[in-house]
Amino acid sequence: MLKIRLTEDFISEKYHEQQMRTAVHLGTGQEAIPVGICSALIALDAVYTQHRSHNHFLASGGSVFSLFAELHGSKFGSSGGRGGSVHLTHSNSLFFASTAILGQSVSLAVGSALTFKLRKQRNVGVTFFGDAVWEEGVIYESLNFASIHSLPVVFVCENNGYSTESSLASRKSKNSNFKSRAESFGIESFEVDGNDVLKIASLAEPLLQDIRENPRPLYIEAKTYRLREHVGPNFDHEVGRKFRTKEEFLLWQEKDPIKRCRQKLLKYFSDAFLDQVSLDLSNEIRAEFFRASNAKKPEPSELFMNAGET
Amino acid sequence: MIRNLSFSAALSEGLVQAMDRDKSIFVTGIGVDYATGVFGTTREAFNKFGKARVFESPAMENAITGICIGAAASGSRPLLVHYRNDFLLLGLDQLMNLSAKWNYMYGGNAPAAPIVVRAIIGRGWGQGATHSQSLQSVLAHFPGVAVVMPTFPEDAKGLLLSAFESNSPVVILEHRSLFDLLGNVPIEPTKTPIGKAKVIRQGTDVSIVASSIMVLEALAAAEYLSKFDIDVEVIDLISIRPLDESTILTSVIKTGRLIVADTSWVSFGVASEVTAIVTEKAFSYLKCSPIRIGLPDCPAPVAKVLEDAFYPTAIDIIDSVRIMLKRDDITLDFKLSEDTFKGPY
Repeated sequence: MLKIRLTEDFISEKYHEQQMRTAVHLGTGQEAIPVGICSALIALDAVYTQHRSHNHFLASGGSVFSLFAELHGSKFGSSGGRGGSVHLTHSNSLFFASTAILGQSVSLAVGSALTFKLRKQRNVGVTFFGDAVWEEGVIYESLNFASIHSLPVVFVCENNGYSTESSLASRKSKNSNFKSRAESFGIESFEVDGNDVLKIASLAEPLLQDIRENPRPLYIEAKTYRLREHVGPNFDHEVGRKFRTKEEFLLWQEKDPIKRCRQKLLKYFSDAFLDQVSLDLSNEIRAEFFRASNAKKPEPSELFMNAGET
Repeated sequence: MIRNLSFSAALSEGLVQAMDRDKSIFVTGIGVDYATGVFGTTREAFNKFGKARVFESPAMENAITGICIGAAASGSRPLLVHYRNDFLLLGLDQLMNLSAKWNYMYGGNAPAAPIVVRAIIGRGWGQGATHSQSLQSVLAHFPGVAVVMPTFPEDAKGLLLSAFESNSPVVILEHRSLFDLLGNVPIEPTKTPIGKAKVIRQGTDVSIVASSIMVLEALAAAEYLSKFDIDVEVIDLISIRPLDESTILTSVIKTGRLIVADTSWVSFGVASEVTAIVTEKAFSYLKCSPIRIGLPDCPAPVAKVLEDAFYPTAIDIIDSVRIMLKRDDITLDFKLSEDTFKGPY
């Protein structure tokens, strides 16, 4: 979790240098959800997410170097410099892909789960998506299909309350809630504090274990907060945006999942030790960043690589 | 061994043979497990492989396309069938924003996730504006997805077999009016390569490049024109993307005249693309302007008299040749083959 945070902080720090020419949707503040859920995954599971993808890429086993390299448009990036921040992939033990059109990732996870069930494989499909996906038709089709076929898929809604700059209040009727929508398809559904990594992990672990043996879909909604702007390295209140207040930001900063986790760790480790861990990670990340920024770019002659049909 | 089979029986045979050889293939889409099985094309597969591998999907064209892609990424070989290609528009996000780009935008680092989509083109019998479109140029506009249109039964089977071995998505557009067409089909699983056109009839005076059912119209026109000592070459495009430029150019360089007959709208369509390629690459060989034949710029009507005015036939092709060759002696007393279809579709 800390490694993800420090990686994204470093992206923010370096973004203005214009060497990472790809739109970044940073997930600062939302790290606990993918870290908690991914702790319950095993080899060959399939994980899909959308544009705010760095957290899930790293939490599911993607390397810091291949993320940085992709952001720099290197041929050694996760997607060879063809995908950018929103189209990341890795096959390190499990399979991960992010897509940039809302809702696609939901149906992809159901598809992987379909293959797993057809093959009697003990794997699960997992999709991480934001609250705005509830505005797309594809999620209703996907929940319905997953329920009809009892597919081993976990729908993880990261409800951060905002779609770009639109608050939930303007996008959802007062008397409706997401969890009951999922339940209306006969899907077991849960709500969890999205900023408490241990709660998320301890919820996910037995549930995922169970659906590997008894395939069926699950819905987990984790309430959280996006600390940075929708796209880019800044904080909204620092760049003069008024759609949310600094007070609201500060309130959620207090609930920062990393801060909360550190409090718990202090029962077992000293401040100095935790600082040292953080420093070591920072140094490691810095080194990976410079290695990635110098990594080879594709040749213009490679424009058509993987472009053809058949 | 070669037998006479209908287009639909050839599709069915190809599917069963492919599923026999490749256990990862499954079939889904609305009504694939019905007793009538998509006009007889999926029933035998259902009978043989059961509901585990041939199962219908609810009306959810968008998500089912994404589900097929995800299933493919994890190792399945999905076949998605649409009773009409018009319904495929609901899944276009998944097909074009994701499937077509999958191999490219993940830099070849994600396992290939190819899907095969069969979609049927309707025509006539009052199906109207939203059940008789022909979407090949919409689909073929996007790099990364192969778009094929079989005319003859052997290619219906052969293209399906090829599609299941592709590493990128393949859309097979099948014209409903061809399903009862009989033709020679090898019993062996013989593939038709994607990306290759076929010269169906050799000729020296004019090249007619046609797609799907317009190939049959072109052959009928060619037969009629032979009575006037006009020697027509007919090319069955078979593959819209990738387009077989070299077969087209070789023919036009020989004849110096080009007519393109497509099942969809002329504007921004396949006929326009083929004409543009020939004009760019073989301009000096052209003896006269090419002619494009296809649908006029309005949706498909329902009334029979309007349908007759809307759809081009062999007569339009004959008339185009007459104009091109300045042969006013060519009469237009061509009798169209009788439409024996009893409906409903």
